[in-house]
Order: sequence, then C-alpha cells, then structure tokens
Amino acid sequence: MASALINVPGKAKRGEIIEIKTLMSHIMETGFRHTVTGEPIPRNIITSFSCHYNGVEIFRADLFPAIAANPFISFSTVATESGTFDFHWIGDRGFSESASASITVE
Amino acid sequence: MSESTDSTRRRFLAVAGSTAIISVAPIFTANPANATSESLAAAIREVVGGEVIHAGKVKLDVPPLVENGNTVPITISVANPMTDADYVKSIHVFNEKNPQPNVGNFYLGARAGRAQVSTRIRLADTQKIVAIARLSDGSLWSASADVVVTLAACTEEAS
Repeated sequence: MASALINVPGKAKRGEIIEIKTLMSHIMETGFRHTVTGEPIPRNIITSFSCHYNGVEIFRADLFPAIAANPFISFSTVATESGTFDFHWIGDRGFSESASASITVE
Repeated sequence: MSESTDSTRRRFLAVAGSTAIISVAPIFTANPANATSESLAAAIREVVGGEVIHAGKVKLDVPPLVENGNTVPITISVANPMTDADYVKSIHVFNEKNPQPNVGNFYLGARAGRAQVSTRIRLADTQKIVAIARLSDGSLWSASADVVVTLAACTEEAS
C-alpha cells in the first residue's frame, strides 16, 4: 500500500556532497478537516522521518500537519564510504515504513 | 547586499525620532518574537527556547505567490560551513496562520556537507513563514518570507 520513492546517486566520489530525495505516499490527513456532515476527520500523519548511513543517523525530521500529502524531503550528506542508506517513516495509527538504497563510493 | 543594507540604514535614519521606527521591515523580521500572531511566537519559544534570534544566514526559498496551498515547495538553506567545529544542528520551520504553527523540525549535522533542506508544505492562508536555524555553538538565526495563497489548503470539506 504505502510506497516510497528514493533518489540516491548510485556512485559518488569520496568526500562529494550528494543530494538525497525521498517521497513516501501518505494522505497526511491534518485532523483539522470535517466531513460534509460536520464530523471531524481524525488526524493521520507521518510524524517522524529518519535516515541512517551505514547505521549512523545523518538526518531526522519531525513532521506536522502542515507538511503536504505524500511527504517529499530532500537533504544532503557527504559520501564517506560505500554502503546503504536506511530510511524510516513513523506516523499515526501505527504507520511504520522503511526503505533503503545503496551507494558505491570510489 | 551591502547596497540594500545602506539604503535601509538611510531609511532608518530618515525616520529616526518618529514613531515609525518599529514598522521598519528589517527590524520586524529580525525579531520573530514580535510576530503578529501570538501562537507563532509561542510555538517558536517552545521549540527553540527564549534565546535571542538573529536575522540572517538563513535563506528561505518559497514562491511569493502560489495558486494551490495544498503543496507549496520550500527550500531552506543556511550560509554556514559544515565542519566538525562549526555546523548547523537543526532547522525549524513555522507558519503564521495554519491551524497549527509548526511546519517541521529538521535535524542535520556536520556530515550533511551542505545545510539545505527541501520539502513541500500546506498553507491555509496568505501568510508569513519563518525558518530558524540552530548552529553548533547554540546561536539562532532566522529568515521569513511572505506567501500569497489563492487556493487555500485544509479548508475544503472531504467528500
């Protein structure tokens, strides 16, 4: 159901600054909307995102209802060694998804 | 850059002594604690504490006019080196008129190489956005931007 899009360069030179782009499909229901009958729609958002590079956390974010649906987050890191990036999204109603990407550093 | 600073100073001197000093724009944006919205100021205090927030270093890239408030691209960058001794620890984004003033908190470190984060946000109204960066020495820097929104997010009813 939930699906992630990750964009990490497959190869990089040692010491190069690389850009990482992530997108997770999620409704990000704000909790501030109502149905036509006036019932409030409960909040259902991703609250936390993190990225680990070979097990070390390099980026983390707290998300709020003001983040658009299908949260897109882009950040950068220095390519230090070959390995994997692990991404985790945690949210309301027990939402928990992860994805990973590998990089070769020369 | 220096030219605009100079002209600001000239303007400042021109109005010095009058009661208009408070309304000079750079002073207003330099101090988010003076923000028009109390909830915005409260949210900033809660996240970054009551310390002094300097204007500058932070660059907030957001379209000045957006048609659809449901997804507004935003990029925050901080003009600061990213070395082990001196780096940007976190970037915090706030808004003035959404139901909740927080937008996001982004935690980075020296390993980021470049202090820049992009995301997409929702805006329920034409309003001001504030970004605050915390450096490794604990100092706080901020920038703000005004965005005009024609179609607001959050207000329509779900079908």
